[in-house]
Amino acid sequence: MNKLTIFGITIVGFFIIIAVFAPMIASYNPGQIDIKNILTPPSSSHIFGTDSLGRDLFSRMVYGARISLMVGFIAVGIASLIGVALGAIAGYYGKWTDAIIMRFIDIMLCFPTFFLILAVIALLEPSIVNIMVIIGATSWMGMARLMRAEVLSLKERDFIYAERAIGASDIRIITRHLIPNAMAPVLVSVTLGIAGAILVESSLSFLGIGVQPPTPSWGNILSEGKAVMGAGWWMMAFPGLAIFITVLGYNLLGEGIRDKLLK
Amino acid sequence: MKKFILKRVMGLIFLLFGITVVTFIVIHIAPGKPTDLEAQFNPKVSMEARERISHLYGLDKPLGVQYIEWLKRVVRFDFGVSFMDSRPVMQKILERIPVTLTIELFSIILILLIGIPIGVISAVKEGSFYDKFMTVFVFIGFAAPTFWLSLMLMDLIGVRWGLLPISGIKSLEFEKFGFFEKAIDMSRHLVLPVAVSAFGGLAGISRYMRSSMLHVLKQDYIRTARAKGLAEKKVLYKHALKNALLPVVTILGLSVPALIGGSVIFESIFSIPGMGRLFYESVMARDYPVIMGVLVIGAVLTLLGNLLADISYAAVDPRIKLE
Repeated sequence: MNKLTIFGITIVGFFIIIAVFAPMIASYNPGQIDIKNILTPPSSSHIFGTDSLGRDLFSRMVYGARISLMVGFIAVGIASLIGVALGAIAGYYGKWTDAIIMRFIDIMLCFPTFFLILAVIALLEPSIVNIMVIIGATSWMGMARLMRAEVLSLKERDFIYAERAIGASDIRIITRHLIPNAMAPVLVSVTLGIAGAILVESSLSFLGIGVQPPTPSWGNILSEGKAVMGAGWWMMAFPGLAIFITVLGYNLLGEGIRDKLLK
Repeated sequence: MKKFILKRVMGLIFLLFGITVVTFIVIHIAPGKPTDLEAQFNPKVSMEARERISHLYGLDKPLGVQYIEWLKRVVRFDFGVSFMDSRPVMQKILERIPVTLTIELFSIILILLIGIPIGVISAVKEGSFYDKFMTVFVFIGFAAPTFWLSLMLMDLIGVRWGLLPISGIKSLEFEKFGFFEKAIDMSRHLVLPVAVSAFGGLAGISRYMRSSMLHVLKQDYIRTARAKGLAEKKVLYKHALKNALLPVVTILGLSVPALIGGSVIFESIFSIPGMGRLFYESVMARDYPVIMGVLVIGAVLTLLGNLLADISYAAVDPRIKLE
């Protein structure tokens, strides 16, 4: 397997472990305010330094990993559900259903996604659930198209004809035969989608309409860092690096899966 | 050719309809009514006055009717007036579009100038150190969050080294500059935003160019050209490249919405008076007319970009039968 892909898997696994075992890895309580140690640079007691309220940055980032990854996974999960379902239905039934769904996808693709997300999040309130749902609701289009393409080619295959011949219902054919066989390119989309979702969530949190403080998210830690730009380089450097490496990991993984599939 | 364009434009009109519908729905997701800001929690405003306000703005009519009314004005590009400063929405948007579009344009040019050669050379030297290095470099560009990149560049180049200005598009003494100096001043202000905007798109284009080129190089006609004894350079540039470029054109069109969306972040950070920042500010201030206006105009711009990409693709690819 490609070295880069292995690198990607390592990164992804690393952050998942950190997120899952956060309470055991963090040395401090992420919300613990310590006024005596405001904005201290990285030291032996605070590996990543402290923020403007004296909270340990490392612990905050470890818990932030939880939030960022969770948002990424669930948002992409929602997007997959919508995309796979719509794409399979469009591909299988064809004609009017297909036409309507494809037009809908075209319309949705016209909007700059981030604008839509911004508008909806700010109009509702920025809760973690809202963020997950809205990111999911605006990123399913690519997956739907992929799914539809796969279903279109698969549904002419012999084993599908056989299923229909023995009287299998449409739903059974779609869910038990078409979708599982078409998952491969969708998997690539999912991996790359998680990377994208993490970027969107951190951008939203950075702008102030994502995860709200005091809940730590890499994005909002970065935005706090912007306020203290000259006084605390660690506040911007570490969360930025974390986001960057995580997204890189998922991208490498996704590309690796894609290369394997295209062999 | 004409028929092709006509067909596409018809499809466009349908899409434009759809855009207005989605925008309308999005705005009405928000709980509460647009007049709540003034009327809701203000004890001085009686129930009767609230109803009069609702009636005045036509908010008590059924949604379908409200939509038609709004649509009638939108087709004349009348988006009403902004809640924030009572200026016509269209005017506010038109002020900001040139800036954003300029940055977009330069970004796209940069992406093409840098991304395509990178992709082509990566394909030609597949597997070499150059290829691997470029792959990694491009992935880095893909993964770096725009806002982080902007901040880092701002800090490094703007603050610490003082090479380039970090906010706005003009310096304070702009008015006193001669024409040439004005041009240079603006250019210096635009360097960082364009660089940040282009960096992400570079990755996509160069990867796509690379795989497209690789695909083309495996074709039989390339083999034939080489067998005929054509110089390698001619094979590459005259035959392979032209064919490989075709799908890349479509990708360009598809990256327009991404560029517009991304403008929100770097325009906010670099204080650029563009459409992205206008959108952000109006979203924060719940300025519904402007929000709707920017959403529709943004989508329209995207559509235009796609149309342009489609037309150029059809014009450039002789295989497409334009019926």
